[in-house]
Amino acid sequence: MPHPGGKMAEFRIFAEWHSGCIAIGDGNKKGAPMADDGIFDEMFGRDGQARTPYENIERWLAETPPDQFESKREQADLLFRRIGITFNVYGSSAGTERLIPFDVIPRILAAREWRTLEAGLFQRVKALQMFLQDIYHDQHIIRAGIIPASHILRNDLYRPEMKNIRLPGDVYVHIAGIDVVRVSEGEFYVLEDNLRTPSGVSYMLEDRAVMMRLFPKLFQDNAVAPVDHYPAELLRQLRSVAPERAAGAPTVAVLTPGPYNSAYFEHAFLAEEMGVELVEGQDLFVRDDAVWMRTTRGPRRVDVLYRRLDDDCLDPLAFNPDCLLGVPGLLSVYRNGGVSLANAIGTGVADDKSTYPYVPDIIRFYLGEEPLIGNVPTYRCSRPDDRAYVLEHLADLVVKETQGSGGYGMLVGPKATKAEHEKFRRLILDDPDGYIAQPTLALSTCPTFVEEGVAPRHVDLRPFVLTGKNGMAVVPGGLTRVALTKGSLVVNSSQGGGTKDTWVLEE
Amino acid sequence: MLSRTADNLFWMGRYMERAENMARILDVTQRLSLQTHGGGHAEWTAMLALLCAEEAYAERHGAVTESGVSAFLTLDRGNPSSIWSCVRAARENARSLRATIPVEMWESLNTTWLALRDLDETALHQRGLREFSDWVKERSHLFRGVAHATMLHNEAFAFTRLGTFLERADNTTRLLDTKHYVLEAGGKDNDPAAAYYEWGALLRSAGAFRAYHQTYHDVITPARVAELLVLRADMPRSLRFCFDKVTENLTALAEGRPLESERLSGEFGARLRYGRMERILSAGLHDFLEEVLDRIAAVGLQISRDFLMIV
Repeated sequence: MPHPGGKMAEFRIFAEWHSGCIAIGDGNKKGAPMADDGIFDEMFGRDGQARTPYENIERWLAETPPDQFESKREQADLLFRRIGITFNVYGSSAGTERLIPFDVIPRILAAREWRTLEAGLFQRVKALQMFLQDIYHDQHIIRAGIIPASHILRNDLYRPEMKNIRLPGDVYVHIAGIDVVRVSEGEFYVLEDNLRTPSGVSYMLEDRAVMMRLFPKLFQDNAVAPVDHYPAELLRQLRSVAPERAAGAPTVAVLTPGPYNSAYFEHAFLAEEMGVELVEGQDLFVRDDAVWMRTTRGPRRVDVLYRRLDDDCLDPLAFNPDCLLGVPGLLSVYRNGGVSLANAIGTGVADDKSTYPYVPDIIRFYLGEEPLIGNVPTYRCSRPDDRAYVLEHLADLVVKETQGSGGYGMLVGPKATKAEHEKFRRLILDDPDGYIAQPTLALSTCPTFVEEGVAPRHVDLRPFVLTGKNGMAVVPGGLTRVALTKGSLVVNSSQGGGTKDTWVLEE
Repeated sequence: MLSRTADNLFWMGRYMERAENMARILDVTQRLSLQTHGGGHAEWTAMLALLCAEEAYAERHGAVTESGVSAFLTLDRGNPSSIWSCVRAARENARSLRATIPVEMWESLNTTWLALRDLDETALHQRGLREFSDWVKERSHLFRGVAHATMLHNEAFAFTRLGTFLERADNTTRLLDTKHYVLEAGGKDNDPAAAYYEWGALLRSAGAFRAYHQTYHDVITPARVAELLVLRADMPRSLRFCFDKVTENLTALAEGRPLESERLSGEFGARLRYGRMERILSAGLHDFLEEVLDRIAAVGLQISRDFLMIV
C-alpha cells in the first residue's frame, strides 16, 4: 500500500473550509438566546420570539432536560466512531483519526426559504457551467468585455488542454458545493463556489442518519424533507455523462488519492453507497484509448470517474510529474472522449477568488437574469476606485488573496494589528491584482449545545448541486457547519468547528 | 473485484494469522523453557532458527535471552514479523478495505491495533507473556469469527481465507520442522518423558493437545503427532486441512476457469489426502517439509499471477 506523493494536501477539506471565515464584530452573547446585537438568530430572529420553522424545536428544547442532551451527544459520538466517520490528522502522533463534533440541535429552513435558495443555486451553477463552456471554446464573454482576457488566460487554474474539448452534455461541474451565509430574514449571500472536488456531503448524510436514530420522534412531529437519496441521484447524474459508446450500462468508479487523504472516509462512503468501485491511480491503466481497472477477472473498462484528485495529480504525463496518484495517459483518453471525468478538468478558474466578483455579471451575461442570491460585496483592488476605498478602510474589511486557497493570505481587519494593516497596505500596493476585500458580515447564528448550555453560534451552509446531461438536482438542505467557539466565525473543523443536521421543512 | 482489493484481503488474512502464530510459538517456547534447566537458552535459540530470524535478532538484540527474544517477537517495531508489525500490517490493509469489509470487522481489527499500539514493554511484563499470547490468539479468533459471521461468503471472503490458510500451512510446516531431527535421529524418541514434553509443547502450540488424545487415546508419539499435523483432515491446523481450504477457495474463485494456482494447490492436497505417514517419514520428514514450504511459496506466487497482476 503506497504512501501518497508529498504534494497531496492532507488538509484540503479543511483548507477549503477555512476560507469560509469572515470577520464580524463579536456578538458577546451570554446564555440567553436573544439577539440584540444586530446578529440574526435563525431560531429567535431579532425579537426573541421563535420563528415559525423553529416552533416545534423550541418547544422540544424547552421540554428536554439538559442532561439528556449530554447523554444523546455521547451516544452520537459513539455512533460516529462506530460508523467510522473520522478525519485523518497526520503530523500528530497521538490519535491519527478524530471525530468532527456533531451538534444535536438541527438547523431549519422553511420550504419557502429553500425554494428561493434552490432557484438561486440552480441559476448560479447553470451560469458557471456556461461560463466554463464559453471560456474553453468561443470566449464570447471576453469579447463582450465582461471579463478581461488576461484575467482568464493568465490564471494558473485555466487549463489550455481543455480548449475546444466537447464534453457530454456540456457539463463541467457535475458536483458543486456552494457556500451560503445568511445575515437576516431574507438576505442570503454566496460566500464561495467550490467547483473542483467539494467535500462534506458524507457528513450531511450521516448527520441525518444519526439524528433519526437518536430522536426518531422529532421526525414524526416535523415534516423533514429526506436527503438519503443523494448517492442514488449522484450515480444517476454520473451515468448520464458517460461517453456515448457506453450508453446503457456505463461503469462508474470513484477515484481517491488513497487512505491517507483526509477525506478518504467520504470517498469510501460514496463508493459504497453508490455500489461502485473505489479505485486509486494504481488500479487504473490506459490502453487502446480507454481507461481500465485491474480486477481479479482481468481488465475492466471504466466509463466515468468521479475523481477526488486535484487536476494537478490526474496524469503525471500531462500535469505534475511528481504526483504519482493519478493515471499516466488519462488526459489523452479524456480529450478523445474515451472516459468522462467529474468534475471536468479546469473548473478551478471559475471558483477562483479572483473570478468570484464577476459571477453576478456572468449570470447576467449568459442568462439575462438578475442573480437570485447575491455575492458578498467585493472590492477588487485592481480597480483604482475600489483600491482607494480598501486602503482607506483596511480596519473594517477582510482582505483575501485572489489565488490563495485556505486562510493564509488573509487579513481580518477588525481583529488585526496596526502592523498587519500596514503589511497588507504594502502587499496590495505591490500587487493590486492579487487581492480582493469584503466588508465584515454579521453571520446568522443558530442555537447550539455547548459546555455552558444552549447558546447561539455562527453557521454557514454548503448545499451540493448536481448536474448531468438531463438537468440539475439538489437534495434539500446541505451541510451546516457551526463555529463552536463563542463569537468565532471559523467553521473549520480543526479549529473547533462542528456540523449540524440541516432540515428543510415540507409544506 | 479490484486486484488491489483482493491483495489487501489476502494480506489482511495472512498477517492476522501470522500474528496468532507468533503468539503460539512464543507461548510454547516459554512453556518449554520453564521445564528445562538453564533458562531455556536452547529453546529460545531454536525458536529463532524456526523463524529464520537468528541474524535479524542478533543485529537488534545481541545475545539470546528470554527477554530479548520475547521483546523481538512482541512489540519490536523493527522486526517485520513481530506481533506488533503483523497486526499493524493487517490493520493497514483493512484500512484500505473500509468500503469492502463489514464495519464490525474493521472495528474489531482496529480495536486490536489500538490496544497493541498503546502497550509498552513495562505494561507487557506486568501482564505477563502468557496472558499476552492468549489475548493475541483471542483477537485472532475474533477476527476470523467476525469475518465468518459478517462478511458475504463471496470473492472477498475467499481471498481472506486464502491468506489465512496459506499462512497457517506455512506455520505448521515450520513448527514440525523444528522437531524433525527427533524423528530422524530417533534419539530422544526413546526417552518417553522428553517426548511427552517436547511433543506435548508442539501440540499445545498448535492448539491440538486435547485433539491428540481424543484422536489416538494413547501416549504421545512423534509419528502420531506428525500424522495429526500433516495428514488429518479434521485437524484445523494440519497441512491437509489447510491445503483443502486453499483449494476449496481457489475453486470457488476460479468459477470454472482453469487456474494454475488451483491446480498447484489441489495436486499437493491429493498427496496429503492419499499419502501415508510411514512413507513420508522413511523418505525423510525434513525433505518433505522443505517441499511443502516450496509448494506454499509457489501457490502464493501463482495466486498473484492469477488474480493480482493480470493486465
